[in-house]
Parts: sequence; structure tokens; C-alpha cells
Amino acid sequence: LTCNDVIRELSNYLDGDLDASTMRQIKQHLAGCKDCTLVVNQTKMAIDILCDSEPVELPAEVRARLRQALRHKMHEASK
Amino acid sequence: LVVSNARENQLSAPNPHRLPSTVAREDEHLLVTAAKSGDAAAFEELVNRYERKIFRLTMNITRNHEDAEDAMQDAFMKAYSHLGTFQEGSRFYTWLVRIAANEALMRLRKRRPNLFSLDEPIEGEEEIVPRDIQDWGPSPEQRYARSEMREILNQVIDELEPDFRVVLVLRDIEELSTEETAATLGISVAAVKSRLLRARLKLRKKLDRYLRQGESN
Repeated sequence: LTCNDVIRELSNYLDGDLDASTMRQIKQHLAGCKDCTLVVNQTKMAIDILCDSEPVELPAEVRARLRQALRHKMHEASK
Repeated sequence: LVVSNARENQLSAPNPHRLPSTVAREDEHLLVTAAKSGDAAAFEELVNRYERKIFRLTMNITRNHEDAEDAMQDAFMKAYSHLGTFQEGSRFYTWLVRIAANEALMRLRKRRPNLFSLDEPIEGEEEIVPRDIQDWGPSPEQRYARSEMREILNQVIDELEPDFRVVLVLRDIEELSTEETAATLGISVAAVKSRLLRARLKLRKKLDRYLRQGESN
């Protein structure tokens, strides 16, 4: 596999969404290619950083408006 | 549906810290069953549990505070109206994410009518290997405080083109499957995979300028 082949399958590789033979070939390539290993590891880290992001606290006025709208909706539904 | 005054009051003044909203709980299906049978307090609990995550989702897709709030509000309203159609074997939060994503996408498309107009997969010979690859050095946690990292991530997400951002948000943050993402966006599975690869590479590239060894912004 070339570096381009490996990077093209990077997403599927990280998701484990490849057949065993392709996975093995990619691992073999990574064992001997420092640049591709860095790209794979950094992309995985970037995804981890993204996934670790905590939802911010909802502004009080946004929460109040949501509850007002829902209360109205529930009231209408109860009629 | 009968809503008591006590329940209305509960709904108007819940405690946002009463339950953390990031973990799926085993009692979710009980809440959904109760909400489906008209228990407003149960639906309130579901709102308390997921409102922050749903607002993050709509904000991440629209990148516009007003649109994000409207999309979140309409998503909960639609979820309430259509609770009867929810299949209890599936996960409520995933169902809610798809409703909210559609609401957010509708607003994004109004502002960006060409969203997903270029839906071609990556060409066979296209060179996609990143250039100038350098070690990132210490872990992000060692280099940046949590609040700094959040700012950086916010900046990076803001810079991503909507077509890529939306796929990244649905697949990697909300953990929808490729098929669910394709169905939500109305594009093929191949297009989702192609965009996800590009989006992840772009995310790496944009974070690279903050994380490469020996540099800090």
C-alpha cells in the first residue's frame, strides 16, 4: 500500500470498518512509515479532543424560553 | 394530556444541576414510556437530561445562536408531539438527535442553500496525504487548560466548512452510525464516508497549528 492508499482508508481504519486483510496491510505499512503513523495517531487524538468537549451550560434565558414554549405546548395538548 | 400545576411549576423552574445530562441512564426507557402515556414530568426529565447536548448539537451545526435556540426548541416540541411514533426498542436520545439535526439543518440550508450540493466521492488519484507532518509533543491536557482547549476547539469547528462540520458532528460527537448519518442528511453512505475522511483530516490539520511541538498560540 502507498501512503495515499493508507490515508484514503484512515477513517475506515479508525472505525474498524475494513476487512481483516486490509487492516493487516495498513498495520504493516504503519509499522514502517513514521509520517502515516503520526497522521493516524494525530487524527485519532483530534477526534478524541472533539468527543471530550463538554456541552456548555445553557444560558438561563434560553432555558426559560424553552420551558415556556413547552409549557404552552403541553397546555394546548391537554385541551 | 393532563398537566397539573405542580408539574407546570416543575417545568418552569427545574434545577439544571440535579442530573448530569451526559450519560445515558438505564431508566431512560421508563421515562419515555411514562412520557408517552402523558406524564409531563417524565418528559420534563428527558428535557433536563438532554437540553445541553441538544443545544450543543444545534449550535455546532448552525454556528448561529438564534438558529440554534430555535432548532432546539422546535426539536423538543416535535419530539413531544410525535412521542407516539417513537419505537421503544431504539434509543430515545438518538431519535432526538435526528429530529434536532433536521431542525438545525433546515435553518443552515436557509442560510447556505448550496449545502451538500457537491456530493462527489474522493477521486482515485487525488493526493490526500498531509504535508509537513510534525510531532505534537505533550498531550493537549498538558499544554492547555480545559477552557483554553474549549476555545481552540470552538475556533476550529467554526472554521470548518458546513458540509464537513455537519458530518463530523453527527458521526464523531453524536455517534450516529454511518447509515443514520446518511439518512439524516439525505446523502449516500459513500458520501458520508468520503466527507468524514476529509472532515477528520481537516480537523487534524486545523488542530495541528495549536498542538505541534514547540509551538503554542
